[in-house]
Amino acid sequence: MDELFFQTFGISIKLALLTTIILFVIGVPAAYFLTYSKFRLKEVLQALISMPLVLPPSVLGFYLLIAFSPNYWFGDFLNHYFDIRLAFTFTGILVGSLIYNLPFMVNSLQAGFTNLPQSLKDASYTLGKSRFTTLTKILMPNIKPAILTGICLTFAHTIGEFGVILMIGGNIPGKTRVASLAVYDEVQSLNFAMAHKYSLFLFLFSFIILVFIYSINKEFLRWKKL
Amino acid sequence: MEKTLIDLHLIKNIHTIEGKRKLNISLQIPEYGFITLFGKSGVGKTTMLRMISGLTKPDSGYIKVDNEIWFSNNDKVNIKTQERNIGFVFQDYALFPNMTVEEHLYYAQKERNVKHVNELLEIFSLEGLKKRKPDTLSGGQKQRTAVARALARKPQILLLDEPLSALDAETRQILQQEIMAAHKSFLATTILVSHDVDEISRLTDRVFVIDNGVIIKSGPPELIFGSTEADKNLSVKGKVISTTGNELKIRLNEGEINKLRAEDPIKIISEINSKES
Repeated sequence: MDELFFQTFGISIKLALLTTIILFVIGVPAAYFLTYSKFRLKEVLQALISMPLVLPPSVLGFYLLIAFSPNYWFGDFLNHYFDIRLAFTFTGILVGSLIYNLPFMVNSLQAGFTNLPQSLKDASYTLGKSRFTTLTKILMPNIKPAILTGICLTFAHTIGEFGVILMIGGNIPGKTRVASLAVYDEVQSLNFAMAHKYSLFLFLFSFIILVFIYSINKEFLRWKKL
Repeated sequence: MEKTLIDLHLIKNIHTIEGKRKLNISLQIPEYGFITLFGKSGVGKTTMLRMISGLTKPDSGYIKVDNEIWFSNNDKVNIKTQERNIGFVFQDYALFPNMTVEEHLYYAQKERNVKHVNELLEIFSLEGLKKRKPDTLSGGQKQRTAVARALARKPQILLLDEPLSALDAETRQILQQEIMAAHKSFLATTILVSHDVDEISRLTDRVFVIDNGVIIKSGPPELIFGSTEADKNLSVKGKVISTTGNELKIRLNEGEINKLRAEDPIKIISEINSKES
């Protein structure tokens, strides 16, 4: 029983870690673009990225399931040319997580960039520094709290994800069954003791992460006031 | 003959508090000169500096520096800010919160030059503060760091956007001297944006007055603002009685009245004996 418990949690953490790392790599250029570009359809792109915040997870899950299915062109294309099957696999729930958590990473980073005075970037350019150097040496080090917030929020939110994973993962133990799904499962089979164990772990885990986020932000605010 | 370093003619529609306005400015600035753009706020002085530095794109016109084209609408040339050898001191200083004073100067250099950094730290009295980050510096110290950083890459042109406006009178005077010293030793052609007549008179050779989007007059500060010798040398002691409009009533201490000369641009309404003060 305990083995299954840790295995399930293991999948949750692996999913959250991978989601966070990949989203950080995608999120930095995306947030940079959304903050500084003068692209006309920027708002449309912004809305699209933020959709998972308001869309029922079941809707996203449903469309992803269809897209992943070998009966439709995208799933068929992946299956045929790359031998990748996304429906009911770990890779599938990872792709789902990436889409679902995109706004948590991008919006946090974007808030960080937006709050920096524009003159910092200008000053770096007038000192002859490229965009890339300015991003890595000036902008990123000065939005550390936003970066940490983005990372923690994405991680915690992935751990707490339910709907999308249920729809596209199929709740397969040892493969796509994560802790949040296990709670649902155990309750369904009236195994309240086990459901309690999962729930308590999830509760504490999320709580600790949020306390951490709030303390870094407080630390930052204090530092800013000096 | 002094050589013209910067030759420009820029046209740009700008948005000001009073609505849209067309900026149409021609300037020729001699090498090693120290000139001022003077005018009311919102007149487009900062926009001028931003266009020279390449941070803002002009609508049309050209910028030629040392016979090299930096911007030309006709030839579709607009070289990047990074490739223009300038130093820009921003009104809000724009210091990097993550770097110490010393790191600012090294960051600004193309190749690490310890000697030059130490020289700048000395000129701007920043040696004792070199390990400090901006959030622990006073306004004047931040200002010094910003100017030193702008000079660290040995710019051909130094752009100063109201660099001293946020400082108290005393710090301002010290900084004016430091800026002057730096200008003389590093020989950067300098463009100052300011509306402080006293500051302009102390520092610059030539003033360009901008109004309504064009230069309405230009010349040495003493011609533009009238004789400013008095401003520079006169110091009297007394007590301010009242200020109404632009009239300042002062009760001078005994004997101080003798320091005033008839040619000074000060109107003496009546001589009051001020023994009681």
